[in-house]
Amino acid sequence: MNHWIIAPVVLPAVLAPFTIMVLRHHLDLERIFSVAGTLVLVVVTLALLGQASDGAIQVYELGAWPAPFGIVLVLDRLAAMMIVLTSVLALVVLLYAIGTGWDERGRHFHALFQFQLMGLLGAFLTGDAFNLFVFFEVLLIASYGLMIHGGGGRRLQAGVQYVVYNLIGSALFLLALGTLYAVTGTLNMADLAVRVAALSTHDTSLIRVGAVLLLLVFAIKAAVLPLHFWLPATYASAPLPVAALFAIMTKVGAYAILRIYTLVFGPDLAITHGLASDWLMPAALATMAVGCVGILGSREIARLAAFATISSVGTLLIAVSLFTPQAAAAAIYYTVHSTLASAVLFLIADLVTERRGGTIALGPPMPQSGLIAAFFFIAAIAMIGMPPLSGYVGKLLVMQAALASPQVWWIWAVILAASLIALAGMARAGSILFWKPHDAQLHAAQQAESDPDPEQAPGSEPERPVARPVPSLPFVAVSALLGGLAALTVLAGPAMDYADATAAQLFAPAEYIGAVLKGP
Amino acid sequence: MELLVASAVGVLTAAGIYLVLRQRTFPVIVGLSLLSYAVNVFLFATGRLILNRPPILDKHVTEYTDPLPQALVLTAIVISFGMTAVVVMIALGAYLSEQDDRIDTNAETGEDA
Repeated sequence: MNHWIIAPVVLPAVLAPFTIMVLRHHLDLERIFSVAGTLVLVVVTLALLGQASDGAIQVYELGAWPAPFGIVLVLDRLAAMMIVLTSVLALVVLLYAIGTGWDERGRHFHALFQFQLMGLLGAFLTGDAFNLFVFFEVLLIASYGLMIHGGGGRRLQAGVQYVVYNLIGSALFLLALGTLYAVTGTLNMADLAVRVAALSTHDTSLIRVGAVLLLLVFAIKAAVLPLHFWLPATYASAPLPVAALFAIMTKVGAYAILRIYTLVFGPDLAITHGLASDWLMPAALATMAVGCVGILGSREIARLAAFATISSVGTLLIAVSLFTPQAAAAAIYYTVHSTLASAVLFLIADLVTERRGGTIALGPPMPQSGLIAAFFFIAAIAMIGMPPLSGYVGKLLVMQAALASPQVWWIWAVILAASLIALAGMARAGSILFWKPHDAQLHAAQQAESDPDPEQAPGSEPERPVARPVPSLPFVAVSALLGGLAALTVLAGPAMDYADATAAQLFAPAEYIGAVLKGP
Repeated sequence: MELLVASAVGVLTAAGIYLVLRQRTFPVIVGLSLLSYAVNVFLFATGRLILNRPPILDKHVTEYTDPLPQALVLTAIVISFGMTAVVVMIALGAYLSEQDDRIDTNAETGEDA
C-alpha cells in the first residue's frame, strides 16, 4: 500500500494543531512552518501526479479495512490533478497573504489555512461518499474562520449568511446520503456504482430523489444558479486573499458532480438517465449569463471578481453537463484555467482595494498603478476568454465539445453573448480604475483639491506622498499565477493530452470500481 | 412506529424550514438546529426501524440492527453541534458589532447581499 496517498491529508492535519498549540505567539515561526508545510504538500502532490499519470488507479485503505467496509482514498488522474492544483494555489495565496500582512490582521490564520487545505485535499482524494461529507465539513468550518478573518461588522454579517446557507447545504447532503444508504446499503462510491447499476428499473423513485438531492448539494457548493446567492456577498466580504483560495471551493462542487455523475449515476445508467444533464445544462447556461451580467453591474472590484468566478463556474458546468469524454476533457482543462484566473483576479482586487478602496469609481491614481493595471489587463483577458491566453483555449474547447450536442445553438449563443458582456464589464472597470485617474485635467483638479494637506509633514517634498516600502512578495505571487496561466496556454497540448486521458478514465468507471473493490 | 418517526421527521423539517426563512438570527439558528435533528432522525431510520436488537456481533443473536447509521448519526451529531456553536458565535459577533441581527440585508449599503 502506497502511504504517500494519505500524506496530503495527514500533513496539514498535524501541522494545524501544532501551529495553534506551539507556535501561536510566534508569527514568524507560524509563517515559516506554514510555507514549509505547503511547499512539502506541493512536492508530495506533484509526486502523486507523476504516479497517477500512467493511468494506474491507486487505492489507500484506511486502517487496512477492505473496501466496502472501510474508508478508502483513491488516487486517479482527476484526483491527482485537483490536489496539485489545490496545493500550488495554496502556496501562492499563502505567499501573498504573508507579503501583504493579511495573516497578521486576525488570529490563527495559518492554522485555519492548513485545516482548509486538509478538507480540500481530502475531499478530492476520498472514495467514500460519507467521508466526502466529512471533508466538506472540515473545509467549510475552516472557511468560516478564514472568511471572518480580520473581523468587521460587514464581514461578520456576510459570514452569518454564508454559514447558514452552508449548514442548510450540509443538512441536504446528509438527507441525500441517508436516502442513498437506505436504497443501496453502502456509501463507498465504487460499491454504490455497482449496487445502483444492479437496481431494478421498476421502483426508482427513491434513488432518483437521492441523486437529485446530491446534485443540489454539489450545485450549492459550485454556486450554480439559482443556488449561487451565497457567493457574491461572501467572496466580496471575505479577506480577498482568502477569496482567492476559495476559488478552488466552487471547483470542489464541480469536481464532485463530475465524479459522482460519471461513476455512480453514469450517463448510460437507465434509472437516472438524463437526470443530471437535463437539469444542469440550463442552470449552467443561466449561471454563466448571470455571472457576466454581474461583472458589468458590479460597483466594487471584489464583487466583480466574485461574479467572474460565477461565470467561469457556469462555463465549466456547461462542459460538465454535456457528459461526453470530449466535453469532460474540456471541463478539466477549464477547471485549471478558471481556478487560476479567479484567484489572480481576487488577488488583484486586493491590491486595488488596499490602495484606493474597492469601489469602482474615479479617484486619484494609486501607487504602482501601471503594474497593477497590466496585471488586471492580463487577468481580465484570461478570465473573459480573449486570445491569446488559456481562457480562450478553454472556451474554444468547451464550444467544440458542444458541437455534438442538440442544444449547440443555445450553448454557443450564451457563451459568446455572455463573454461579450463580460468583456464590456471588465473594460469599463479597468478604464475607470486605471485609466481615467491619469486623465490630465482630472488629475490637476484633484491635486488642487487635496493640496492643503494637513497630514503632510512640513519638511517633506511636496511631489512625493509618504510612501511605505512596498513589499514585492504580493507582486511575485500575482505574477506566478499569471505565469501559470501563460504556461497553461503554451503547454495546452500536453495539458489536453492529460485531460483527455483523465476523461477517458472517468468514462470507463469499471477500472475505478475494480481497483477499489479488489483492493490494492 | 414508522408513522411516528416519519411524521416527526416531517414536522421537524417543516418547522426548521419555516424558522430558517425568518429575518432575525435567533430563529434562524433554532431552525437550523431543528433541521439537523430532523436529519439525524432520518439518518437513524435509514438502517430500517428495528426494536431491541444489538448492533454488535454476538454468538447468541441471529438478528441485528444496522450499526452503520448509528455511527453516521454520531458523526453528524458531533458536526452539527460544532457548527451550531460556530454560527452562534459568528451571529453574536455580527450582532454586537453592528447592533443589528437581521441576516437578510447588507447593513452598509442596504442592498441585497
